[in-house]
Amino acid sequence: MQPNPTVFTPLLIAALVFFAWSCYRRFSLVTLGRGEDRFQRLDLRVWDMLLYAFGQKRVVAKPFGINHFVIFWSFVILLIANGEFLIRGVFPAVSLALLPPSLRHALLLAFDAISLLTLVSIALAVGRRLFFPPSYLNTPYVKARSFEAFLILAFIALLMLAYFGLHGAEIAMGEEEAAAWMPVSSFVAKVLLAPHSSLLIPVASFCWWVHAVVLLAFMMFLPHSKHMHILTAIPNCFFASLGKPNTQPREEFTRGSRYGVSEVQEFTWKDLLDGFSCTECGRCQNACPATATGKPLNPRQVVHAIKTNLFVNGPLIQKGGKPIVPLIGEEGEGTNTEDTIWACTTCGACLEACPVLIEQMPKIIKMRRHLVEMESQFPEELLNLFENMEQRSNPWGIAPTERTKWCSTMEVKPFTAGETEYLFYVGCAGSFDSRQKHVSVALATILNEAEVSWGILGKEEQCCGDSLRRLGNEYVFDKMARENVRLFQEKGIKKVITQCPHCFSTLKNDYKQYGLELEVVHHSELINDLLKAGKLNLSQKVTDLGRVLFHDSCYLGRHNDVYEAPREIIAAATGAPPVEMERTRNNSFCCGAGGGRMWMEEFIGTRINLNRVEEALRKNPDTICVACPYCMTMFEDGLKDKLAGQTRVRDVAEVVAEGLR
Amino acid sequence: MLVVACIKQVPDTTQVQIDPVTNTLVREGIPFIVNPYDTHALEEALRFKDRFGFRVAAISMGPPNSEATLRKALALGVDETILLSDRCFGGADTLATSNVLASAIRRLQEQEEVGIVICGKQTIDGDTAQVGPGIATRLGFSQLTLVDRIEHLDREKRTIRVRRKLEGRHEIVEAPLPALLTVVRELNRPRYPSVPKRLASQETEVKVWSNDVLRLDVNAIGLKGSPTWVNRIFSPERDKGEIIGDGVNDPVATANLLIDRLLSKDLLAL
Repeated sequence: MQPNPTVFTPLLIAALVFFAWSCYRRFSLVTLGRGEDRFQRLDLRVWDMLLYAFGQKRVVAKPFGINHFVIFWSFVILLIANGEFLIRGVFPAVSLALLPPSLRHALLLAFDAISLLTLVSIALAVGRRLFFPPSYLNTPYVKARSFEAFLILAFIALLMLAYFGLHGAEIAMGEEEAAAWMPVSSFVAKVLLAPHSSLLIPVASFCWWVHAVVLLAFMMFLPHSKHMHILTAIPNCFFASLGKPNTQPREEFTRGSRYGVSEVQEFTWKDLLDGFSCTECGRCQNACPATATGKPLNPRQVVHAIKTNLFVNGPLIQKGGKPIVPLIGEEGEGTNTEDTIWACTTCGACLEACPVLIEQMPKIIKMRRHLVEMESQFPEELLNLFENMEQRSNPWGIAPTERTKWCSTMEVKPFTAGETEYLFYVGCAGSFDSRQKHVSVALATILNEAEVSWGILGKEEQCCGDSLRRLGNEYVFDKMARENVRLFQEKGIKKVITQCPHCFSTLKNDYKQYGLELEVVHHSELINDLLKAGKLNLSQKVTDLGRVLFHDSCYLGRHNDVYEAPREIIAAATGAPPVEMERTRNNSFCCGAGGGRMWMEEFIGTRINLNRVEEALRKNPDTICVACPYCMTMFEDGLKDKLAGQTRVRDVAEVVAEGLR
Repeated sequence: MLVVACIKQVPDTTQVQIDPVTNTLVREGIPFIVNPYDTHALEEALRFKDRFGFRVAAISMGPPNSEATLRKALALGVDETILLSDRCFGGADTLATSNVLASAIRRLQEQEEVGIVICGKQTIDGDTAQVGPGIATRLGFSQLTLVDRIEHLDREKRTIRVRRKLEGRHEIVEAPLPALLTVVRELNRPRYPSVPKRLASQETEVKVWSNDVLRLDVNAIGLKGSPTWVNRIFSPERDKGEIIGDGVNDPVATANLLIDRLLSKDLLAL
């Protein structure tokens, strides 16, 4: 059954032109963004694309993702069927019949089976949205039960139904020699044949046109909808950041430059492509600690706002005009509020959750840079932090002469080039925070016990600048990083031990941009190595800590992939692996202090640390074990708030030091 | 109208130690900062600029490296900076210092009317709180010390009304312009410099006025013009505390013990 091509051909050409024009419009909007090299390491990029786009690795990480996997692969395979359908509509002689019969039979069998499977998946998808939508999929501008979502599902279902209708009718008319290979269509044929044999031709014709119209309409609708992701998600995975989001790009400070992002075209083209790749699944917001505690930040909304802003402002900018919808400002569609931008802990959970590798958090930091560097506009608590960092190189503004007070009870050698192997970079918390100073002492004791060659910088040690960089104060970070790099090079430092994951990540990842290649270990890694190498002998099993639970620090785990070392240490010291929380390892939930939030008040919503402490307490631990000074503070404070004084917080080093007594 | 903020570069006193042998301040390696009270003076001058469009000049007397302090002021938005620097200004006490600063302000007055001069209430190194009043006296300006709020500036009547923060009370006073204000920290929250302004401040000229410009009698400035001599600097002896009770094993009794002790020393009022 083939209708007259003279009617279909102009329709197809019109639809293709409209589709191409729409895609071009969007592509030209993306190219408004700043340049960014995303072409290095093509081998890794192809692999990421295969794994995440075609393999749908992150999609299927959640049970319902299987449904998406089925629909995606059905779409890919049915591209052959739909391609044939369109070509044959113009050139009736060109069809699958030109293929060897066995191949054609196999394809028809596959089309039949896959179309049925897709119908089932679509039914499940509709059912899920109607009866058990994910609770998190409801925000002011994006809802799970959107008209758009149902329209897209209806389009797909109609295509499948029309396919079966058309082929069923053809089989019933005896026009299909491969009926034996098309079980579902054959079943439809039987249904159609019984009462309505006279209507077979009109039915076939009707189904053909339904299929044709829906296909063309879908094609035209696609670039205008969130379904655009079927075109953009694949390149988005290809162009995704190769590294983890543990660092931010440097800025060049020259007269007349602008810093950070305040208008949509100041994002890079990849930032803008991210907007078109988002299908609004909501997994990022479900993972976000700010969203979970009632802050105005919702990573999906940030991406959505950038896309909306681009739609409104992009065409104006293309014509040489000025944007009319602010990117940062009062609440409204296409705008991010300052409260939104300051709520981020840079924990990276959104990036870890996104199935198509969208980079939400880096966009927030770009906007922070604008607020701090161009506008001097930030929560007032940060003024002290910024001044203290610049004047005294620590967040509290304590006199640098007090950096060595933590080791007043023990003898600690200064780092000497050529003699000392490791620099123990104590960090600001380890030097000044009264609780964390105990961890410094515990770690020093362990290093001495294992006869590690180590030393400190003492009063010369400077803050690494982590909080400044995550807060967008790149100018001061840059000054501090240069200063530290100079100091490290001058002292001939090659190997560094850190007890703070923030120092760890900054020295290891951020300072690379300044040409400083260090071998940086987090104390949990080093202690684990020492234990395994037999250089550290625990004289006793640590039993008085009771039930020990471990909390992953974002900058150790998610940002740097250190998951096993602290767990193995706890297991070695206590004789049992630690108790795990519900949200653990790469799904761990932030303590609330990252991204400079440590130095800010938490006025909006509930407290992130309480959310995490409550989760921990559900596991009835006697001891909560951490590997980060910020987590330490947040848990100590949270437990006090919950009047859970019976539960202690210990750093992994303290657990091991206990076993050395 | 010109608003003049007087600012001073001081050693970060939290980091200064006293040499026990010579009884002098050990200043080696100690970073310099803008006197914290002066940052509030500067901020208030800039607020006058924001509100009324006045021009703001920042002046500082000190060694050549004080230029850094004035560059910070430039980054915050002042229009003009003048460093008063000359070997013969060195070793000045508050009298000699106020002579130099007053003379510089007089010189600025030759070009433009100076309506308001703002100083921090004191510096954290000298802690005298005398320089501001000294300048006001020498210039014959209204003297408004310890200001924690600007109530009103009447440009027609040429008066200013401010609130002074005194012990246990506030005082609202009005005075004719020109006036000199010394300010406390509660007055405002200083702004933070933007990066473009910081970069621009590096390229802006900081004028240096030596005594060749001011032409003051050398007996009225520097060490020669300073009747005050520092006899001795020392850290007061502090009694070492004692540990009472056993907080680890008996926190309740220890807390009670602490309260009793505080009450007996009359440190807690119940």
